[in-house]
Amino acid sequence: MKSFCLGAATVLGLTLAGSALADDVRMLAIEPNVPEGRQYYLDVAKAYEAANPGTKVQFDFLDDTSFKSKLPTLLQSSARPDAFFTWTGGVFAEQAKAGVLKDISAEFTDADRKNYSPSGIQAMSHDGKLYGAPMYAASVVLWYNKALVEKAGVDPKAIKNWEDLLAASKKIQGAGIVPIVMGGKDKWPIALFYGQLAARIAGTDGVAAADKGENEGFNNPAFIQAGEALKQLADLKPFQPGYMDTTQPKAAGLFGDGKGAFYLAGNFLVGAQAQNSASGKGLSDDLDFITFPAVEGGKGDPADTFGGVNGWLVTKDASKPTVDFLKFLTNNKNQTEGGRLKIWLPIGTDAQSGIADPRLRRIAEDLSKAPHHQLYLDQMLGASVGAALNDAAAQIVTGDISPEEAAALVEEAREMR
Amino acid sequence: MTTMTGSRPTLSPAARIARMHKQGKLTALLLFLPPALVLFTLFVIWPIFNAANLSFFKWSGYGAIDNFIGTQNYQRLAKHSVFHQSLWNSLKLILASLFIQIPLALTLALLIYKKTSANTAFRLIFFAPYILAEIASGVIWSFIFDGDFGVSGQIAAALGIDPFYILADRQFAFLAIITVVVWKYFGYHMMIFIAALQAVPEDLLEAAEIDGAGRWQKVFYVELPLIMHAIKLSAFFAIVGALQVFDIIIPLTNGGPSNSTHSIVSYLYTYGLAQLNVGYGAAVGVVLFILCMVTAFSYRRLAMGKGGAL
Repeated sequence: MKSFCLGAATVLGLTLAGSALADDVRMLAIEPNVPEGRQYYLDVAKAYEAANPGTKVQFDFLDDTSFKSKLPTLLQSSARPDAFFTWTGGVFAEQAKAGVLKDISAEFTDADRKNYSPSGIQAMSHDGKLYGAPMYAASVVLWYNKALVEKAGVDPKAIKNWEDLLAASKKIQGAGIVPIVMGGKDKWPIALFYGQLAARIAGTDGVAAADKGENEGFNNPAFIQAGEALKQLADLKPFQPGYMDTTQPKAAGLFGDGKGAFYLAGNFLVGAQAQNSASGKGLSDDLDFITFPAVEGGKGDPADTFGGVNGWLVTKDASKPTVDFLKFLTNNKNQTEGGRLKIWLPIGTDAQSGIADPRLRRIAEDLSKAPHHQLYLDQMLGASVGAALNDAAAQIVTGDISPEEAAALVEEAREMR
Repeated sequence: MTTMTGSRPTLSPAARIARMHKQGKLTALLLFLPPALVLFTLFVIWPIFNAANLSFFKWSGYGAIDNFIGTQNYQRLAKHSVFHQSLWNSLKLILASLFIQIPLALTLALLIYKKTSANTAFRLIFFAPYILAEIASGVIWSFIFDGDFGVSGQIAAALGIDPFYILADRQFAFLAIITVVVWKYFGYHMMIFIAALQAVPEDLLEAAEIDGAGRWQKVFYVELPLIMHAIKLSAFFAIVGALQVFDIIIPLTNGGPSNSTHSIVSYLYTYGLAQLNVGYGAAVGVVLFILCMVTAFSYRRLAMGKGGAL
């Protein structure tokens, strides 16, 4: 009898705990890059709670690496959050296939979807089903240091295609200036060049076809050509000394300290080059950008953008208010505020008005006008193929493998995926 | 069945249990064996079998483990040049531990094993790197090797030469890692040797002195033979430790440049866990486990004499 009472009490306790949690929304986020980011989320949660009494919203934060390594186990346990941050791409596809996500297509009406750019909605969909809400985008551009290019007598605005960039690099080098600052230790900054070149040469359709293994996959001539273009650049030895022992954050700081003329990075560089610089100020008004040069004969539209799409995915059996909260979190007002705080480039259709920095505003405008937005290749291809691609790019630059071998390396990883 | 110890008559299992019960051993067995056995099985044996099983599957960490691929993970491993490099690197670490670290530790131990206050201070200094967390040592040394803002950069600037980026150089990056590993662990081996040297009976050394033995003769003919057990034990720890180096590599080079500085464990982490190839990672784990077991058993046989006595 005693044990029965105990058992009954336990069951009752669990039921009560369960029902108390039924209206709560538990969000798992990555630690934001800027201190304002964390407060922003907490403020949004508070505003939602005030508008919806009885619902509690909780944000948990993990750094990138722990987030990625803990997520598989977490999603398959009963302790999974109701929604979690995503970089979309291949890992998202794995999660959708494994059935740990909730199809929310029915809960997002056409009117709801109009609040986001189509590329955002597309990035959060798998097999035509919508699994979450996009929140922001990152877009890669070629940043330059105005003072240094002027000193070297180079007009960055005149750099339209790859050959122009190679010529400019030589000229800058001749003036005794490091042409490009590179965070090679992290590998992906090198892969940004490789991926951008691939997108310019093969076009977004070509990249998507390779991902599916069509036309010889990554052994397709377009990817070999991208490797050759990267090798042309690397052969000029355009990077600062010791670039293979330089992490991306350190490289951003070096660029902010005026140690090189060009830097290929996303919009986040505006903050990073100032924060990580020794002076703490960065280049301020000397910082500007051009879009990544075109490659002659390439199939990619030079107006295509390249970067990330980030947002929130809903887990299966998520609590009821989760989707409603996501709509609130990504509504026009909140996205505009995020843009104003320089936390991100909003992906909402009319949410650009808050962006004060003219450079970021230009990036946002280019992004909204772009015919295609190519996802970072390492995100798109998933963890293992993405890492192989980053490795391949780094080894082309260090001269350890040829462009053909690099393409074969990526294709081999893709076939094993 | 023959008798186990000469005179004792053969007992049926039931009778044996009855006897144990009479002697009170059965209670002790039933009381004390299960907790240890269950814990050992649950946390050691079961994960090993689980990993061995997982190594025959392709699994990304998501969804059911149902994609059986036979020995493909092992075939891929056997072909992968980065894995070959990581095996070679682990071997280099073993050799450096045996032929640089242990002689260094032994020399220092011989210099400072006597109990004086100056020696205590030196012991503390030499042992300090071992107390530091591995990951912290890696981060500290990555600043030392940093050619822009680190110590090596400042030295180069003071000498007026171009800074040298050792961690970015394929040829020297692993040498830097070996340096840090030796620096980190020699103090530990030194402590083992000091403890053994202090246990060498004073009268033996005195007797040798009376017989006219000099300083070196005392070291080679009295002290070293008497602490051989400690040296063998130390070498064993050095080998097994070298096979498992991980936390130092990640902050120093993260396996680069061009994947040339991976150890077996950092290879496992990078290609198995970080890239979500859990089955592949399990296969690397199984290979590492076999290497450690083979090392442990053959070392017992070869170095520690009959019966494996230390």
